[in-house]
Amino acid sequence: MSERRKWHERLKVTLWTLIVPPTVWAGHFLFAYLWAAISCAKNGAFAKFPVLFTLGTLLALGVIALSGWVAWKQQRTIGDPPPHDEGTEVDRLRFLAKSTLLLAGLSFMAVLFTALPVVFIGDCR
Amino acid sequence: MSLHDQDDPALREAQEARLRKVWEPPKGLFLRWTDTNNNQVGVWYVLTAFGFMLFAGVLALIMRMQLAVPDNDLVDAGTFNQLFTLHGSVMMFLFAVPMFEAVSIILLPQLLGARDLPFPRLSAFGYWSFLIGGVFVSGSIFFDAAPDGGWFMYPPLTTRTDLSGLGADIWMLGLSFIEVSSVAAAVELIVGVLKCRPPGMRLNLMPLYAWYILVVAVMILFAFPPLIAGDVLFEMERLLDWPFFDASRGGDPLLWQHLFWIFGHPEVYIVFLPSIALFAMLVPTFARRHLLGYPWIVLAAVGTAFLSFGLWVHHMFATGLPKISLAFFSAASEAVAIPTAVQIFVFIVTLWAGRVVWSTPLLYATGSLAIFVIGGLTGVMVAVAPFDWQAHDTYFVVAHLHYVLIGGTLMPLFAGLYYYWPLITGKKLSDRLGRTAFWLIFVGANVCFFPMHLSGLEGMPRRVFTYPKELGLGGLNLASTIGSFVIAAGVAVILLDLCRSPWRQKAPRNPWEAGTLEWLAHPDDEDWGIRSIPLIESRYPIWDQEDFVRKVDEGRYFLPDAEEGRRETIVTSVLDARPVSVIRLGGPSWLPMLTAVALGGVFILTTYHFYWAALVSGVLTLALVLAWLWTGTAEIPEKPCKPIGHGIELPLYISGDSAPGWWAMFITMMADATAFSGLVFGYYFFWTRHEDFPPMAMADGPGVLWPMVALALGLASWLATMAARETHARGKITLARVLVLLGIGASLAGVFAGLAGPWLSGMDPQTHSYPAIVWTLAIWTTAHCGVAAIMLAYVLARSLAEKMTPSHDADIRNVTVYMHFLALTVTVTYLTIGLFPELA
Repeated sequence: MSERRKWHERLKVTLWTLIVPPTVWAGHFLFAYLWAAISCAKNGAFAKFPVLFTLGTLLALGVIALSGWVAWKQQRTIGDPPPHDEGTEVDRLRFLAKSTLLLAGLSFMAVLFTALPVVFIGDCR
Repeated sequence: MSLHDQDDPALREAQEARLRKVWEPPKGLFLRWTDTNNNQVGVWYVLTAFGFMLFAGVLALIMRMQLAVPDNDLVDAGTFNQLFTLHGSVMMFLFAVPMFEAVSIILLPQLLGARDLPFPRLSAFGYWSFLIGGVFVSGSIFFDAAPDGGWFMYPPLTTRTDLSGLGADIWMLGLSFIEVSSVAAAVELIVGVLKCRPPGMRLNLMPLYAWYILVVAVMILFAFPPLIAGDVLFEMERLLDWPFFDASRGGDPLLWQHLFWIFGHPEVYIVFLPSIALFAMLVPTFARRHLLGYPWIVLAAVGTAFLSFGLWVHHMFATGLPKISLAFFSAASEAVAIPTAVQIFVFIVTLWAGRVVWSTPLLYATGSLAIFVIGGLTGVMVAVAPFDWQAHDTYFVVAHLHYVLIGGTLMPLFAGLYYYWPLITGKKLSDRLGRTAFWLIFVGANVCFFPMHLSGLEGMPRRVFTYPKELGLGGLNLASTIGSFVIAAGVAVILLDLCRSPWRQKAPRNPWEAGTLEWLAHPDDEDWGIRSIPLIESRYPIWDQEDFVRKVDEGRYFLPDAEEGRRETIVTSVLDARPVSVIRLGGPSWLPMLTAVALGGVFILTTYHFYWAALVSGVLTLALVLAWLWTGTAEIPEKPCKPIGHGIELPLYISGDSAPGWWAMFITMMADATAFSGLVFGYYFFWTRHEDFPPMAMADGPGVLWPMVALALGLASWLATMAARETHARGKITLARVLVLLGIGASLAGVFAGLAGPWLSGMDPQTHSYPAIVWTLAIWTTAHCGVAAIMLAYVLARSLAEKMTPSHDADIRNVTVYMHFLALTVTVTYLTIGLFPELA
């Protein structure tokens, strides 16, 4: 491995980074709920093209995709032989990275799930 | 001590004698109840929770007898209301949640190769709280005073004292007390999993049971506190007539539903995940191979935990919220099926790839998965809002939730019972009786609950004490009743099996030939937990590590001795389980039990409006807690380090974020902050529900000045504490003491300033929800300032008594964590109540 490692290799996954994708989902979900509840309670409607909501959703998807990409890179860290379930530094890293990647997949889909109703439901009834 | 010393049998025997003496349980009729060892407390806990399960089961049988035929009059409507309320409440609060805590208290130290969990006295306190609260709530039915508003206690039916009697108070206060014990257990389990793993057990080698427990304990931290916040508001309304849920005075009954279900839905997963966690232990054993897809289970557990917090409104689909809001929760409710299915597929694939041994526990496991999947599928149906509007409040929902809970909690626990009974007692249960019981329960559950789908779709509402013959539901209901008695017969067979156990032969050690650490336990049990704490190199060390059992038994790993006559275990680092220190554990003591009794007094006396007596009980609780802390925590050891074998020396005292105590404070305060956010949610919820909030006529209070003064004082006490911590660490003890004194002064002044705003502007909390919620936020925050003053005074006293020194400063470091959260609380409270009226 060269001395100058890429930033996504230096950024080591931990228990905290593991929960980044689902936390982003939770943040987006809360945002969506509050956005709809407050728009409906205070305006009685939300605008036809909900810019704020769209931007929030794209931001959430972006962060999840980014953390998924970092996790993808790290779960391929070279070192120990397969099946990568030993008690070594590399295998622990690969495990956390892989779990993060899986969570990123789930969270990405869950954000899309949450965003879909806005496409189909246009008012506050 | 070197490795080869352990070759000497005389040395080993001497070590064993010392360990045995240290871990010897207290004897005698009364003293034995002072024990805190996890294998004792865990067993009491399990037996008590099992007892409550049988009690709640009998309530269900009475209900089913009443509903067996139309127009029946076995019990009257009032009694029936008490029966279903108590059945649901007891099963959820006194069986499912405590049972998971109980099982974890027994299993977790074994799974982690620890001698005990880090706070054994806290476990004991949790147990006694649970017992007292549970008996209080359950016993009420014998005095015709049981709660009768349904297990979710919807206001206004339950908040109006002319519509519901003492039962509602018993539910609120009794179960609040039990929620305290659940949070205590969560603290214990999280710190246990993160900090008490054996050396070498990195996160990727942790038994999956521990992963599940970590996830579930964290869920408790975020799920239970909103309910505690709801309980606070609820009791304020019942006891003091503050109208949080009274629509005629600006309140809103929906606020309770939100707070209840933010707790109530994650609760379902809180009881489901630990039960499925048992599968993650027994499936590999009976498939005779490693579990496939380890990271996928972690995905499933963590993913389910997060998504479960986005489901609560699917219990409120029929309340008239905007459809867009319903749709968000509907979407999340469908998404949670994905991680749930992933773990089921992992178990199936592991069995498929292994050489399956069809044991009784595995029979229960596979049978329960079949039942659970049916419940899961009807769950996907009711998560679709238009379907739910049809099925809401009918027996369809009753069928759904019982399929989920019997398949997802009850039967997995029976699987665990058959699997782990040899671990606890050294004896196997009968395969013949176990299989008979399984088929009775499996068939009974389907006969009982499947017809409820149909009766529900045909229009049978929930929670009615009888139904007319003309509805044509007599046949389906009779089938349900017969099924319920078949389940009861199955449970009776299990009971018979358990009762016959004492006369059976001891089983061999590790009778299922499992590969995980807990099976190191010897049939002739020793109380020390594990002979020596091993170095872990595999997920299944008994299978994979050479001579593993012998090396553990011969004390060839770490900490094989108790030279100083103290109960000890090893603390390791969070990610990689590197040894960090040896901690001394609390031994037998009266304090946990007495503290639980005193705290129980606060809740129980308040129920009967004996406020002065409750206050005395509260002061007593405080005194006992202080005594417990003073004598049992942050003790300065007689020497700085001790060897644990293999040339490793570990410190006996640590402070800051590597210490278990620091984590416990941090975790407790996360729960506290979540409860607080529930109250803040209440404030802004009212704002969204009203055209003008605060109402114009009341918007003058509490003004800007006093909240800002209180904010400044709160932040000053926080800064003073941080400065005290830093100066103290640099050895300037006198300066640190002065700073602590300043902190105490600022906190106390903050109490008065915080209350001055609403007080001086004459806000009357009985008139409207606005003054009521402002007062509540102010009281919550000032109470926290008061506690801060007590904590800082404690720190000062520790320093003066020289129990806290610059190199042994756990006390002030832990209190600083509290103060960080205090700073957050004062900031949010005073900005909200002081400035928001200016903006709105």
